[in-house]
Amino acid sequence: MRLLLGVLLAVLLNACAGPQLRGTGDLGLIIERATGRVTLVSTSSQQPYARIEGLGDLSHASAVYSRDGRYAFIFGRDGGLTKIDLLEARIVKRVMQSGNAIGGSISQDGRIVVAQNYTPGGIKAFDAETLELLSEVPAEYAPGKFSKVVGLADVPGKKFAYALFEGGEIWVTDFSNPRQPKTQRYPAGVQPYDGLVTPDGRYYLAGLFGEDGVAMLDLWQPEKGARKILENYGRGQEKLPVFKMPHLRGWSVAQGKAYLPAIGRHEVLVVDVATWKEVGRIPVRGQPVFVMARPDGRQIWVNFAFPDNGKVDVIDTLAGKVVHAFEPGKGILHMEFAPRGENVWLSARDDNKVVILDTANFAKLGEISADSPSGIFFTSRAARIGF
Amino acid sequence: MLASKLVFTLFLTLTATLGGARLAIAAEPDAVRQKELVRLVRQDCGSCHGMTLQGGLGPALLPAELRDKPVEGLVATIYYGRPGTPMPPWQQFMTEAEAEWIVQKLMSGFPN
Ligand code: HEC
Repeated sequence: MRLLLGVLLAVLLNACAGPQLRGTGDLGLIIERATGRVTLVSTSSQQPYARIEGLGDLSHASAVYSRDGRYAFIFGRDGGLTKIDLLEARIVKRVMQSGNAIGGSISQDGRIVVAQNYTPGGIKAFDAETLELLSEVPAEYAPGKFSKVVGLADVPGKKFAYALFEGGEIWVTDFSNPRQPKTQRYPAGVQPYDGLVTPDGRYYLAGLFGEDGVAMLDLWQPEKGARKILENYGRGQEKLPVFKMPHLRGWSVAQGKAYLPAIGRHEVLVVDVATWKEVGRIPVRGQPVFVMARPDGRQIWVNFAFPDNGKVDVIDTLAGKVVHAFEPGKGILHMEFAPRGENVWLSARDDNKVVILDTANFAKLGEISADSPSGIFFTSRAARIGF
Repeated sequence: MLASKLVFTLFLTLTATLGGARLAIAAEPDAVRQKELVRLVRQDCGSCHGMTLQGGLGPALLPAELRDKPVEGLVATIYYGRPGTPMPPWQQFMTEAEAEWIVQKLMSGFPN
């Protein structure tokens, strides 16, 4: 009898033991731009656990996550939109949505994925479940004139904010009715090149290339229109050439201050977010590309455009200056913090690896080999506005 | 700047008259440098023009797009940049002859 019970139990247990369960909170992916491949990683083990091929042209690709962190939506340069499953490590669905995409976003409720496109300029909304096209908003800012779309960000309510490079406007599109979106337009300034939304979802900022300054729209009072902040930060001095455009997404608010890349100046601009006035600027060793705060806001990590893309400067927000300047690898394209910031992952494109560093003492903790790695995206983005 | 432009045009006419030799041949960088330039174009020009040169913030740089454009203008765009647009000048990083080599390659299909 005892034996029989034992056998029965074993059979039962076996029947229940499906695939091993696991959560997604410590997972992430690395884009391998040259080979159309992503490497899936665990931030706990600091190791890759799978590779997925066949995602097309991934130069400048970016990713957003479903609310549960299980699915990543990857926007490729060739217009491909790929949904991958991080648990099963496979492509769930892939559609070609446009000729020339630059990135995308996911709605607050996780139901709509929106891609932003250069050509034909505009945004397209997809059902996050099926990737079925729901609607599109061409960036036609004047009759017959289309603009490249930059700086797409999800903002509270089923809305997305973005900027038009040629059009010089900020647009906010409401997808409450996903098949019939409604768009509001706000004049912003000359050549917005990228945008971001503050972590609380209140302000949308568009960096301007064609003039010194940043356009800001208060999404709580959009009827007031966009206003300019940091006007004339260049003080009329001639700009240095910009060999790569800064990225504003993943930007930095720390201790009540925002840290933004200057355009054509080797500086990080510091702005008080209560008054939106400049309160300082920090010299750095090149044209900043990403200016990213460690999740606790104590450090700001800065990487640079060509030819300084082997350098990284770390600003201590308490000291208000660069406290660590180093060369962690060749062609540092992107940085991503572990969810709580104890380590940072840097993609060193020309070294074909991702380097993992301890943010407390800058010691190297490990590295992962990858073919021309660019973006690194952890699932902790799933719960953040504007990521 | 004007002087260097003059020298450059002179050089163009000179090489062009030299037994009808192709410009690109006279200006051809050595193999190591060619590799560097190809990499520069794919990776660093690629951040605006796309790694496959199909366009991004900057226009596509494929043979079909460039076919009807004068070589000199394109060389000048690369070397001096285009003020008022994000296209930066690359003169710190290459000679005009190298910029011209890049244009020739772009027009005939850029190597990988
Ligand atoms: C920071 C962004 C950026 C980078 C980097 C960049 N370009 Fe450009 N480029 C542009 C833009 C924008 C234009 C279009 C300018 C205009 O509106 O007239 C352009 C125009 C051009 C043109 C003229 C195309 C035409 O059809 O007239 C050529 C050729 C060109 N770029 C080559 C290069 C090369 C070669 C490199 C690298 C050595 C490079 N670009 C790097 C942004 C960039």
